[in-house]
Amino acid sequence: MAHEETVYDALDHAHGGEGQWAFGTGFDDPLAGVDTTVPEGIDPADLGVYCLMLGDDALVLCQRLTQWATNAPELEEEVALANSGLDLLGQARLLLARAGSVGVLGRSREQATDSIPDEDALAYFRDADEFRNTALVEAENGDFARTMVRLLVASAWRLALFTRLRTSRDPVLAAIAAKGVHELTYHRDHAARWLLRLGDGTTESHRRAQAGVDAVWPLTADLFTATDVERRLVEAGVAVDPAELRDEVTGVLTMVVERATLAVPAWPADAAPSGRLGRHGPELTALLADLQGLARQHPAATW
Amino acid sequence: MSDLTAEGGHGAVPTGPEVPTGTGKAARRDWPLYEVFVRGKRGLNHVHVGSLHAPDDEMAVHAARDLYTRRNEGVSIWVVKATHITASSPDEKDPMFAPSGDKVYRHPTFYEIPDDVPHI
Repeated sequence: MAHEETVYDALDHAHGGEGQWAFGTGFDDPLAGVDTTVPEGIDPADLGVYCLMLGDDALVLCQRLTQWATNAPELEEEVALANSGLDLLGQARLLLARAGSVGVLGRSREQATDSIPDEDALAYFRDADEFRNTALVEAENGDFARTMVRLLVASAWRLALFTRLRTSRDPVLAAIAAKGVHELTYHRDHAARWLLRLGDGTTESHRRAQAGVDAVWPLTADLFTATDVERRLVEAGVAVDPAELRDEVTGVLTMVVERATLAVPAWPADAAPSGRLGRHGPELTALLADLQGLARQHPAATW
Repeated sequence: MSDLTAEGGHGAVPTGPEVPTGTGKAARRDWPLYEVFVRGKRGLNHVHVGSLHAPDDEMAVHAARDLYTRRNEGVSIWVVKATHITASSPDEKDPMFAPSGDKVYRHPTFYEIPDDVPHI
């Protein structure tokens, strides 16, 4: 073996033609070749809406994380945030494609042409009132500390959920969850490491980290309340009741925040689902204008 | 004459007052430089792949994961502060390396390696 090749040739040798590049492997149907039959006893409409909830959480948080591109405090951290965003985008693609595969497309098809795949129609041609993400992910980034607190909370919640969804009766959802668990473990770890350093760092970083915790905590109010759709899917063995996640999520968050020498605020009282039902603040409308503007102006454009 | 350091990981790179360092903010200079070594899936040894800045050792490993193993290349990462690397100097290139050039007996070229012996 020639040693004069670039180091990446040598490293790349290991995975051969598996095509791990995000770009260049094509953006075909991410569920191609997957059996998308819905098992008996599961309402496809409910399943689709549930996939939208989880897919929209990922899509919106991805958009927030990528807003740090060109703005992050350090280049290394910018890449880390973009990486986490891309992981979430991958999850969003699969979940939106799953929703499309069971015919849950909302009003997206009124504007999207036939050549636009379901996942893109759902991402780019739904208005804010059809998005089912929680308030936690749509809130503004704030400063770096607050971004890290939000990422910590969001990934702790999602990891607890995905860990349990691996045994979902919908095999597609179970497979998506199994793939996501590794990614979310890393996101949670990354955010936790930063919060430890910021909280136990300088006076200024401690102040900002505490402000971030205080700002993000109230956004957890509806994270542990199930919608009717989720309740029915829990009965059918497909979904997980978010109330079941509470002990694990609050336990992890309390541990990290305390170790970061920060004060753990009181947990907010449970709130009725809101974002999950399509009720959102103006932040989401602004975010979607960024996210969807190009696709709506040039539908089906390729580059 | 500039000081010589291993900065940038490409051997000795001149640093010193006459070398422009950009207008980088002070914070950036506060983070130490790390050199990153990655061992690929079937690699036998860690290979130097580049460098990065990080606030501490643990975060350097994290950043290395994001910067240098995005294509699933690595199974193991080493990072080391660049200041802990002692590099040979280009000025000494000839005395360092030239003497071995004409000593053919140091090279294993006088016997045939069987095809089924790997990693040579």
